[in-house]
Amino acid sequence: MTTPPAVVPAVESGEFERERVPDRALKGPTAFWGMYAGEHTAGTEFMLGPLFIAWGATANSIIFGLLIGNLLAVLTWRFLTARIATAQRLTLYYKMEKIAGGKLVVLYNLANGILFCFLAGAMVTVSATAVGPFFPSMAMPTFDTMLPTGPGWIVACALIGGAMTLVALKGYGFVAKVGHWSAPWMFLVFVACAFVTLGRLESFDLMTLLTPPPGTLTKISFWGVVFFAWFCNAAMHLGMADLSVLRFAKKASSGWASAAGMFLGHYVAWICAALLLVYWVRFHGVDPTVGKDPGTMVNDAVGWAGLICIIIAGWTTANPTIYRAGLAFQGMVPGMTRSTGTLIAGSLCIGAGIFPAFAMNLLSFVGLYGTVLAPIGAIIVVDFYFAERLGIPTDPAERAGAGFNVAVLLAWLIPVAVAMYGYKFHGVFASFLPLPCAIACAVLYVVFSKAFGPKPATA
Amino acid sequence: MQSFAKYLGLLALAATIVPPALFMFKLMPLDAMKWTMFAATFVWFATAPVWMKGSD
Repeated sequence: MTTPPAVVPAVESGEFERERVPDRALKGPTAFWGMYAGEHTAGTEFMLGPLFIAWGATANSIIFGLLIGNLLAVLTWRFLTARIATAQRLTLYYKMEKIAGGKLVVLYNLANGILFCFLAGAMVTVSATAVGPFFPSMAMPTFDTMLPTGPGWIVACALIGGAMTLVALKGYGFVAKVGHWSAPWMFLVFVACAFVTLGRLESFDLMTLLTPPPGTLTKISFWGVVFFAWFCNAAMHLGMADLSVLRFAKKASSGWASAAGMFLGHYVAWICAALLLVYWVRFHGVDPTVGKDPGTMVNDAVGWAGLICIIIAGWTTANPTIYRAGLAFQGMVPGMTRSTGTLIAGSLCIGAGIFPAFAMNLLSFVGLYGTVLAPIGAIIVVDFYFAERLGIPTDPAERAGAGFNVAVLLAWLIPVAVAMYGYKFHGVFASFLPLPCAIACAVLYVVFSKAFGPKPATA
Repeated sequence: MQSFAKYLGLLALAATIVPPALFMFKLMPLDAMKWTMFAATFVWFATAPVWMKGSD
């Protein structure tokens, strides 16, 4: 996973949040390659790689499924997000306001803010496992741990989450810099973990090493892995949150920069992290479905450098998450200060971090995260590509002076509700849901817009 | 100063990845590898702010 989408309310920095980015502020592709490479090598990668092993993914699924899924993600970024971002040069937030109305954006912010908090909580959980090697008596969570493992664990999460929140209160400029500085080093630590593991396993045959032992229950198919890799950042590409970032790109071709994040962070780093658990399964007899906490595995492989990596990777990604969640909450309540919003977000995040259930169900959580947020992007795609051809107005809320576009609300909520039903009661894998949900949302938006959407006076 | 920091930083990155590669081929013991990586971590974070642009 990554830092969350750069969806920030207009109060944040005054950087063209409510206007088209002017030509003088545009950036070349280099800025985006570095940014994507850094943002997509996060602490949670240490959790996701081993989770594939725990779910019994085959070697083919991990090696080729991830390759295809990440390629599809890059293509989505390049040909949908970057295309719209460079044509309109608006933040998602402002574009949504034009389509859905300011009041509906508040609701979107609530969903966004809460999901950010759970995501940041998962990062706190991962970071807290780095404390484990220093306190051997403290029980560390495994994949089947849902509740706090004890008072020590709660204190560790509270201290780490509290520190992250305090830094977030100061803004995230410094943490963004640390994230930038640490990106190349962090990536090499992931690769170092893989080197050490391959040396210990005395084999370079990834296909054999990643093949689950006979009798392993396969809980994720080849296509499950493809769709997971494609949609674990659905909120950012299909959901259009990265409009806020890519609107600064001179050309849409900067969308290719997402390949740096996908293939370094979500391919190489995931496989490196997966190998750690393979070693613990083969040499220490760990049950792959139970797993081992990242702190212990990384400390065992590369020592203190690895523990520092876990903490920094968690910190640099959780901190902006808390900051943005705070802004989202602030945007909802008139008069609330950013500090109050950040404290609320930080408290929710600490609460989520204390319960390992969120981090241990990351494979499902990120799918649901995309399911809730991606449909909004589908509405923007309709507005950009098809609205005029289909006879519905572009930017309807703005042009009609409406504060709340019911057509958007229903087109968003109905597919999401159906998807949640499918997930909860029929066990549909969460990563299969964002795409049909987004398509259904787009179709419903067209139908509802024609039927009862806001109509500009001149339309 | 900047170019010196840059070379030192690149050296630190090399010291982060070369020792694990040597360990993989049984050319370096695990403990020495871990300590080298730990030292490289400090050097990297001491030098990177000097020559790498921050991303605000």
